[in-house]
Amino acid sequence: MNAMNSEGYTTADGRKIGGVMMEMKNITLRFGGVKAITDISFDIREGEIRAIIGPNGAGKSSMLNVISGFYVPQEGEVWFHGQRRAPMKPYEVAQQGIARTFQNIALFEGMSVLDNIMTGRLTLMKTGLFQQAMWWGRAQKEETAHREKVEKVIDFLEIQDIRKTPVGRLPYGLKKRVELARALAAEPKLLLLDEPMAGMNVEEKEDMCRFILDVNDEFGTTIALIEHDMGVVMDLSDRVVVMDYGKKIGDGTPDEVRNNQDVINAYLGVAHD
Amino acid sequence: MPEQLLYAMEVSLNGLMAGIMYALVALGFVLIFKASGIFNYAQGVLALFAALTLVGLQQGQVPFAHVINAIFGTDLHHFGWQLPGLVAIALTALVMVGLAILIERLILKHLVNQAPIILFMATIGLAYFLEGLGDVMWGADIKKLDVGLPQGISEMIDTFTFNLFGYGFFIDRLDIVAAVVATALVAALTAFSQYTKYGRALRAVADDHQAALSVGISLRFVWVLVWSIAGFVALVAGIMWGSKSGVQFSLSLIALKALPVLMLGGFTSIPGAIVGGLIIGMGEKLFEFFAGPMIGGATENWFAYVLALVFLVFRPQGLFGERIIERV
Repeated sequence: MNAMNSEGYTTADGRKIGGVMMEMKNITLRFGGVKAITDISFDIREGEIRAIIGPNGAGKSSMLNVISGFYVPQEGEVWFHGQRRAPMKPYEVAQQGIARTFQNIALFEGMSVLDNIMTGRLTLMKTGLFQQAMWWGRAQKEETAHREKVEKVIDFLEIQDIRKTPVGRLPYGLKKRVELARALAAEPKLLLLDEPMAGMNVEEKEDMCRFILDVNDEFGTTIALIEHDMGVVMDLSDRVVVMDYGKKIGDGTPDEVRNNQDVINAYLGVAHD
Repeated sequence: MPEQLLYAMEVSLNGLMAGIMYALVALGFVLIFKASGIFNYAQGVLALFAALTLVGLQQGQVPFAHVINAIFGTDLHHFGWQLPGLVAIALTALVMVGLAILIERLILKHLVNQAPIILFMATIGLAYFLEGLGDVMWGADIKKLDVGLPQGISEMIDTFTFNLFGYGFFIDRLDIVAAVVATALVAALTAFSQYTKYGRALRAVADDHQAALSVGISLRFVWVLVWSIAGFVALVAGIMWGSKSGVQFSLSLIALKALPVLMLGGFTSIPGAIVGGLIIGMGEKLFEFFAGPMIGGATENWFAYVLALVFLVFRPQGLFGERIIERV
């Protein structure tokens, strides 16, 4: 990695990473008396795959929930595209172009795969309530246009044959993929993935890795992901934040992080005298 | 055909028509239950409130006239205008939207993430509040509602069936209108929920709040939307019931008849509400016709509930409801 500056940097595999897209400044999050996150700062750059790792209970998911507006931190600032973000509802964050998936999969189980992915485009559909209710020309045209975009996402993630299946009937690995499809359908600027590989077998993990890399490569989508499988993260990401007990203990390229003594201690444990 | 059979046919036809009225109320329940998991006890009162407001606006009644008169010693009762039926209906629809916004602001917003039983209790409170408000606003007397819907026995069906069977069927023309309106309403609601983005948002919220938030759906907007639609359905039900038997406070009791309809049709199915309503309506009329004389009559009061009980034992999710499968 070249020296990092405000203009960005070039990765080992030659991808150009841009300036800062999102910056977390001194975030502290408390639940009652329990501190989930303590004074953490880091940034996510344009076009980057950024990982947040750490042992169970380190506060990774809480951090993702802060970014996506599900939690509001007591202290600290969130900056997005050079502007300080006021505390927002999750749906407002989504409307800003930040899409996410969940650790425990949050899909609309009763709806078909296609309908699930179409909900991803709700923020991009512009016709008003009245036109929609009357199903007038523009509303109909809009629906068709969005449907075409959704079909592209379906092709991209290779889920053509389950398009009409109710999501509730799908196996776990495919559900994870549909959830990714729904997030992608929103054409997000920033894609947040909460343990995208959790609970998958080796083959499914490889598929998911490939999709994440392809999304970043083809659409230039910035991705922030959480994982506790170290191997996967090191292969995928450009830069890694390491958390432990709600604190940041490392930040840098996978190689830098791998050789960081604090990180090794957190993952392997350390003898206390 | 024997007279007895023809009479039974007429009875079941009338039962079907009564069933549509039940279905109209049940429809409002299903809409809110699907979108928010709330069993809205106030749905029947919404219909009453809508009908009262409609009559009040149409007749140009002064709202809160009694209160104002009591305080200021005035003698207000009417503004002295008479609105055309359609204008009054449109205005009442606006009032129902306003009511939906108020319900969201004052009640639902503060009860996010509460247990269903708490929301249910809140709707009971809402029901009594609205009943009282309707009373204070528009007065407690029985009112005649006439928005220009056809009334009386349909002569056409009478003559037609008389020529066919030698026995004329007595069918109320208002019931036929109600059937047509209910069918159109169901078709429109189904299309809205299946093919528009708001319908999709509505279904999404019904399915998973968290996921809905993550794709950019505002829960509060959807709640206002769904309560507005439920208010509109209540208005339609109120118009039909009100035109049939006058606007009176017993209107809110039809909500109780909607309960067995929902147990039969399933709490989450729009077609279920309709089919359930038809079965209950026809079932109770036929049961009264055949079994009533043997056991002393008045079976219509309890037949629906017994049928619902039977369903609870053998098919708790109802005819069209989603089967609940718990994975271990």
